[in-house]
Amino acid sequence: MPHSSHPIEILRFNTCGSVDDGKSTLIGRLLYDSKSLMEDQIEALERSADITGGGQINLANLTDGLRAEREQGITIDVAYRYFATPRRKFIVADTPGHVQYTRNMVTGASTANLSIVLVDARNGVIEQSRRHTFIAALLGIPHVVIAVNKMDLVDWSEERFLEIRDEIESFLPRLDVLRDVKFIPISALNGDNVVEMSKHTPWYVGPSLLGHLETVHIASDWNMSGLRLPVQWVNRPNDPTDKQLHDFRGLSGQLAGGIVKVGQKVMVLPSGLKSTVKEIWTYDGQLQEAFCPQSITLVLEHDIDVSRGDMIVGLDNLPGMTSELRARVCWMNQRPLQAGRKYFLKHTTQTVQTVVTAIEDRINIQTFEPEPDPTELVMNDIGEIRIRTAKPLIFDGYGVNRLTGSFILIEQGTNATVAAGMLLPPSELVKPEYNDFAI
Amino acid sequence: MSSYHLDHLQYLETEAIHVMREVAAEFERPALLFSGGKDSICLLRLAEKAFRPSDIPMPFLNVDTGHHFPELNDFRDRRAAQLGGKLIVRKVEDAIKAGIAVPTPGEISRNRLQIPTLLAAIEEFRFDCCIGGARRDEEKARAKERFFSFRDAFGQWDPKNQRPEIWNLYNARVNPGEHMRVFPLSNWTEMDVWEYIKREKLEVPTIYFSHTRKCVRRNGQWLPVTDILPPKPADQVKELVVRVRTIGDIISTGMVESPANTVDDIIAEIAAARVTERGSRADDKTSEAAMEDRKKQGYF
Ligand SMILES: Nc1nc2c(ncn2[C@@H]2O[C@H](COP(=O)(O)OP(=O)(O)O)[C@@H](O)[C@H]2O)c(=O)[nH]1
Repeated sequence: MPHSSHPIEILRFNTCGSVDDGKSTLIGRLLYDSKSLMEDQIEALERSADITGGGQINLANLTDGLRAEREQGITIDVAYRYFATPRRKFIVADTPGHVQYTRNMVTGASTANLSIVLVDARNGVIEQSRRHTFIAALLGIPHVVIAVNKMDLVDWSEERFLEIRDEIESFLPRLDVLRDVKFIPISALNGDNVVEMSKHTPWYVGPSLLGHLETVHIASDWNMSGLRLPVQWVNRPNDPTDKQLHDFRGLSGQLAGGIVKVGQKVMVLPSGLKSTVKEIWTYDGQLQEAFCPQSITLVLEHDIDVSRGDMIVGLDNLPGMTSELRARVCWMNQRPLQAGRKYFLKHTTQTVQTVVTAIEDRINIQTFEPEPDPTELVMNDIGEIRIRTAKPLIFDGYGVNRLTGSFILIEQGTNATVAAGMLLPPSELVKPEYNDFAI
Repeated sequence: MSSYHLDHLQYLETEAIHVMREVAAEFERPALLFSGGKDSICLLRLAEKAFRPSDIPMPFLNVDTGHHFPELNDFRDRRAAQLGGKLIVRKVEDAIKAGIAVPTPGEISRNRLQIPTLLAAIEEFRFDCCIGGARRDEEKARAKERFFSFRDAFGQWDPKNQRPEIWNLYNARVNPGEHMRVFPLSNWTEMDVWEYIKREKLEVPTIYFSHTRKCVRRNGQWLPVTDILPPKPADQVKELVVRVRTIGDIISTGMVESPANTVDDIIAEIAAARVTERGSRADDKTSEAAMEDRKKQGYF
C-alpha cells in the first residue's frame, strides 16, 4: 500500500458504455483484483446477492449504490470510487450509459484525465460507443481507452477485436483532439487483461488495463503555459493590533493555468491595471513560485482594487476578454434551451447574467455533423450557441485551458444547473499595452 | 516540468482549499461542522490553509448527542479555542426537552435524533451552508454525493435530483430556507486522512490510539461499557486493548483490538486492514440502505 517515499500521483478516470456492457463489473473487478475490497464489503455483497438473483457475488453491486437503482437494477447517477496501487491512486467516476443520461457522462468526464469506453465485443460499435467517444473528445479528455469487453463470449477472437478497432479508428480523424487512444481486449467478468495479462489473447501485445492506468503520462494534463489566477477571495485580516496584518491584502485563489513567480509583472483583468508579485503567501510559508493547480494567496506591490471574479494574468500569453461569446454546450435539463433565454453563467470565480442570443447548430451524434439552426436544444443535446454576458468574461478556448474555457448555466428561480459550456477560442486577445496609461 | 507536480495529498489539499474558499465567497452564513473526529480535524487545518492570515470566516457547529466519548468533547473544545474560532454546540438532550426531537419509545440511540437537532440549529442561526467532513469512500450511498449537496427547505437530500457537478464549477445558489452541505474531503480516503494527519503533524483525540477498556460483545462488535450501556447478566464482558477507527456515539462505536500507538502504526494497520472503517459502526449495519435512508432525511 502507498506510504512509500516516492510521490504518488492521482489519476482520475471515468467508465462509459451502454447498459450491460460491463462497467460496474469492470470497476468491481479493478477494486477486487487490486485488493481494495474489504471483508465487510464482500460480506455486504454476499448479503445482497439474492436481490439480483443467483447466489454468486455480483461485482456490479459494489458500484450500484443507491436503493432506487438496486431496485431497478440500473445505475442512474454518477458514483465515485477509490482504489490505490503502490504506483498510483485512482478516482473513478462510474457514469451510466443510458441515452437519457449523457449529462452524467459529461459530469463524470469533466474532471477525468482518462476515459474508458466499454464496447461489448458481441454488439460491436453502436450509437452509444460513438456518442461516448465523441463526448470524450468534446470534453478534451487527454487519454482514452477503448476496452473491448466480453471477449470470452466471442472466443477471444482477434479478428472481432480488430474489426471493432478499425471501425472506431475510421471515425477518430473527425475527433482530432483525441491524440491518445488505446484499444485493450478484456473480460471484466473473468479478469482477463484487467490486472493480469490473459493467456487467452496471445495475439495482444500491450499493457493490461491497470498497467496502462498506472503508467500513462499525465503530468502535462494541466496547462502550464499562461498564468491565470481567478481571484476567489480577498484575504484582509484587518487586525488592528498587528501593524503588518493590518495592511495585509492578499488575493486568494487556485491557479487555473501557468506558473507565477515572485517579482513577475502581472495584469489584473478586466481593469488592465498592472503590478508586480510581491509575495506568494501560503499557510506553509512563502513560495518563490507556484503553479497550476496550487491554491495560493498573492500579495501585489501596488494596492490596486481587485475583487472576486477578477483574473490575474501574466503579460505574455494573454487571454480573451469579451461579452459576446461562442460556445459548445451540453444541455442537461428537461426544459429545453431556446434562443432569448436568460441564465446565470458561472465561469471561474465569476457569476454573471447572460442571454443566449442564438443557437447555431445541433450536433448529429451519428455523423458528428452539425445541423444548423435548430429551434431548441433538449436534454442531452450538444450544440453551438452564442451568448452575451452582462460583464465581459476573461477566458481561453476550452481546447487550450479546461479551467478558464468552461462554464455552467444556472436556471434563474430553480437554481438548477442546466448546461455545461465549452468556450470557443477568442477571436481577439487582450493586448499587453491594454490600459498602459492607468499606472 | 517534472518539478511542477503535485503528489496525491497536495492535489486533494488544493481541491479542498478551493472548495472552502468558494463557500466563504458564495454564502452569507456558512458554518463548519466540527466534531473533533479525524475528518473534521483535517477540515480545520484546510480552513487554516484557505483563510490565514485572516480569521476563519465561519463558526464551528457541533451536535452533541449526549453520548459522545468525553475525550472527544474535551478535544473539540480545546482545538476550537486554539484556533480562535467560535464554537456552537447544540444538544440532542435540549432538543428533546423542547420537543424538537422526539424519541420513539425505548429508543436509546441518539443517532436519528441528531437530524432534527441539526436542522433546528441551521434554522436558529439561518445557516445557508454547512461544511462537513464526509468522504465518498465511507459508504455506498455517499459515493454519489456531490461536493455541493443541495438540501431543500426540509433539509432533505434527493439523490435522484442532484445538480450535475461539472469541472470545479460549483453551483452554490440556494433560495431562502434551503441550504447546502459542502464536503471538501469528498475525494479523500481513510488512508489519505491519516497520511495528511501525519504530514501536517495534527493532534487527534487519544481514543484513536490503543488503550485498555472494558468492552461488551453485541452484534459481533466490542462496544465500550459505560453507564449508558451497562452489561446485561448474559453479556460477555472483557478488558481489551483497543482503539476506535471511526467515532460515532459511545453506545454504537465498535472498538477494534489494536496495539496501534502512533499515527504511523495506524497507517500500517489501515494498509493491512481487511474491514472498512464503517464496518465497526452498528448504526450502518442494520440494512444496506441504512445510510441512504438517514441521508435523505437530513443526516450529515
Ligand atoms: N461473459 C461475460 N459477461 C460479462 C462480462 N462483463 C460483464 N458481464 C456481464 O454482463 C452483465 C452486465 O454487467 P454490468 O457490469 O452490470 O454492466 P453495466 O450496466 O455496464 O454496469 C452482467 O450480467 C455481467 O455479469 C464479461 O467480460 N464477460
